[in-house]
Amino acid sequence: MTETVVAIGTRKGLWLARSADRERWSMEGPHFVMSEVAAVAIDTREGRSGILAGVKSWHWGPTVQVSEDAGRTWTESAERAVAFPPNTGATLERVWQLTLDPNDAAVVWAGVEPHALFRSEDRGSSYQLVRGLWEHPHRPQWEPGGGGGAVHTILPQAGDPERLIVAMSAGGVYRSGDAGASWAPSNPGIRAPYLPENEYPEFGQCVHKVARGAGEGELFAQSHKGVYRSGDDGATWQSIADGLPTDFGFTILAHPRRAGVVWVVPVTDDRERFPPRAQLQVQRSDDAGATWRMQADGLPAGSYTCVLRDAAALDTADPVGLYVGTRNGDVFASSDEGQSFTRIATQLPDVLVVRAARLP
Amino acid sequence: MPSSPIRVILPGLLRDLAGGVGEIEVTDPAPLTVADVLDRAFSVHRILEGKVRDEQGRIRQHVKVFVNGEDATRTAGTATAVPAGARVHIVNAISGG
Repeated sequence: MTETVVAIGTRKGLWLARSADRERWSMEGPHFVMSEVAAVAIDTREGRSGILAGVKSWHWGPTVQVSEDAGRTWTESAERAVAFPPNTGATLERVWQLTLDPNDAAVVWAGVEPHALFRSEDRGSSYQLVRGLWEHPHRPQWEPGGGGGAVHTILPQAGDPERLIVAMSAGGVYRSGDAGASWAPSNPGIRAPYLPENEYPEFGQCVHKVARGAGEGELFAQSHKGVYRSGDDGATWQSIADGLPTDFGFTILAHPRRAGVVWVVPVTDDRERFPPRAQLQVQRSDDAGATWRMQADGLPAGSYTCVLRDAAALDTADPVGLYVGTRNGDVFASSDEGQSFTRIATQLPDVLVVRAARLP
Repeated sequence: MPSSPIRVILPGLLRDLAGGVGEIEVTDPAPLTVADVLDRAFSVHRILEGKVRDEQGRIRQHVKVFVNGEDATRTAGTATAVPAGARVHIVNAISGG
């Protein structure tokens, strides 16, 4: 029997929600008590039931924990899983993103703080620095966002292992066409209204999250004051913020099979990081951002929480499940693509990451 | 006559990672520093190395190493001399919320 698992990484540990029908949920945890879990990937490639977690202990530093039995037991490399080489002089602060490569079932990518990309060829146990990005001449000019300076988005291209996109706060979007050996900024059209002179710089935008859509070359981005679509694999970007209650937010999700279907979780403003009119909500577009509609059935009014960049996720079932975690420790699940939500967790520590998948 | 072993005393979480071992003995006739002692202690339990020191060899910000009750970070850090027979406590700082 298949099982849907929702991994909930928080400031003080990891919880796992499980359900056979996406209606009744059981909750287990915490794993990694008192450690921050900012990155999770659920590995179902080749029939696996794997979970990887980027874990940071306040005292004992960051690492990657790996489970091959859906989170029941965990191991970590006795050597450092992710470490900067000595000649970089850098030290790992946090693993912000774990992304499974769709072209090679052994490969896992890690986006980290300070701004860097790592690659694993052993299913996520050990990682090597991607020198092409680390040695990019722009790197000294990449600034830390409010949460720190990190590569927070990694988008491999299924069917073409040479093509790879990363995004970072605050550095913007970069693309590689040679499997990470070299990188070029790709931010035309993404506005940076917080900069004093040039609002359309080559790089330096505080892009909060990028999602790959189902259409050919389709990408969606939530930036710091801006929501965008690209139809040419990130070469250019067009605003799709008209019709939204606000252009600010952190997360963005794209339907895994239907082109043009995208969700954002709007936040009133960078000076007022609450839901618009205190109504927690997602905004959905079915036409690539031309029009938007609010989905809030089951989400609370009178809410002054916030949803962070990785604290929302989709599963791949039909209809798609949508999951949203909040900074005040609630997690809401929808099994009908956002039409209605139920609360599946409450009173957790602030939620940093949510990931969902159907296990074999 | 062999010198008295140095005892490296681990806190709870590190004991779990070291398979329940609470103390590691380090015996070496040469004069040792804190860095030397940690190198030798962690040569068997490799996972402890990444917990106590970052990849550039620095003791992590919220970890303290005491030599016979004295905080090494307030003296010569990892270059602090460790005499034969010393007790080296690894302690997680009292911090967080």
